[in-house]
Amino acid sequence: MSAVDIVFYVNAAIAIYAGWRVFVTDSMVRASFFLLISFLAVGVIMLLLAAIYLGVALFFMMAVEMMVMALFMVMFMMNPAGLNPMKMVHQEKVAIGVGVAAFLALGAVALFGEFPSRPVPEGLKPVVSLGHELLGDSMLVFESAGVTLLATMIAVVMLTSHRGRFGDANEGSQPPGLEPGGDPADKPPEDEGGGHHHHHCH
Amino acid sequence: MTLVTLLIVAAALIGIGLYGAFSQQSFVMLMMGLELILNGAMLAAVSFWALTGGGAPEGQLLTIIAMAVMAIEMAMGFALVISVYRAKQADMTEALDGLKH
Repeated sequence: MSAVDIVFYVNAAIAIYAGWRVFVTDSMVRASFFLLISFLAVGVIMLLLAAIYLGVALFFMMAVEMMVMALFMVMFMMNPAGLNPMKMVHQEKVAIGVGVAAFLALGAVALFGEFPSRPVPEGLKPVVSLGHELLGDSMLVFESAGVTLLATMIAVVMLTSHRGRFGDANEGSQPPGLEPGGDPADKPPEDEGGGHHHHHCH
Repeated sequence: MTLVTLLIVAAALIGIGLYGAFSQQSFVMLMMGLELILNGAMLAAVSFWALTGGGAPEGQLLTIIAMAVMAIEMAMGFALVISVYRAKQADMTEALDGLKH
């Protein structure tokens, strides 16, 4: 077994283990860091496969993305610190069935499918070839991705605006009940007089 | 490191991600499941590029597009979380049990 194989098996194990821990750990912040570890391990495997640009891009992208995710966890989640056990799932048996079925089906494709063996030729510069593709034949695809990202930014600003589509975004908003259909768990924010509601622009 | 082992790792990541996306009640955890699915898909794309595609640059392009999809999914997901939180004071999928208009 070569060094490349050892690094691959270690990182494959890390990627799968960390991916599984994401949904098992009690702390939301820890969950987002486990997801980061899973992505980093996949990035290392990409580097082993000579996809240098993609592996490094995955490192940078995921490092930033998971920090944002951890921030959102702290902002929105109850129990972000993982001080008490937490399991918030629905239809878990169906979900396990779906996951196992997808793994078995895709694994069967991997085991029994016949794929040609055409490895990356010696001397191919993967970054150079990707750059020529992005700014050459596939420029339209690349630019479409850019325009789509711009449209996403506009949509995100629209969705997160205080002034919603049908009036104030948090008008009539009530916290959910402690049990389904129960009374709101807390007073609606209008009655609190909290500081963050003073900047209504009427 | 053969194509079979790489694809089995990708299949495991996709399976775990599907479990997360189907089972989690919190929107942010649900998004983590979607991210894991995309993680597995990108790994499979890079494996095919490296071992059966003969280094055709379109294989890397596909992975770049998957990364763009991931960025869009994150941005839209967080925007929806904020939007749902404004409307329902919660970030659980069960909070959305009716239509407003």
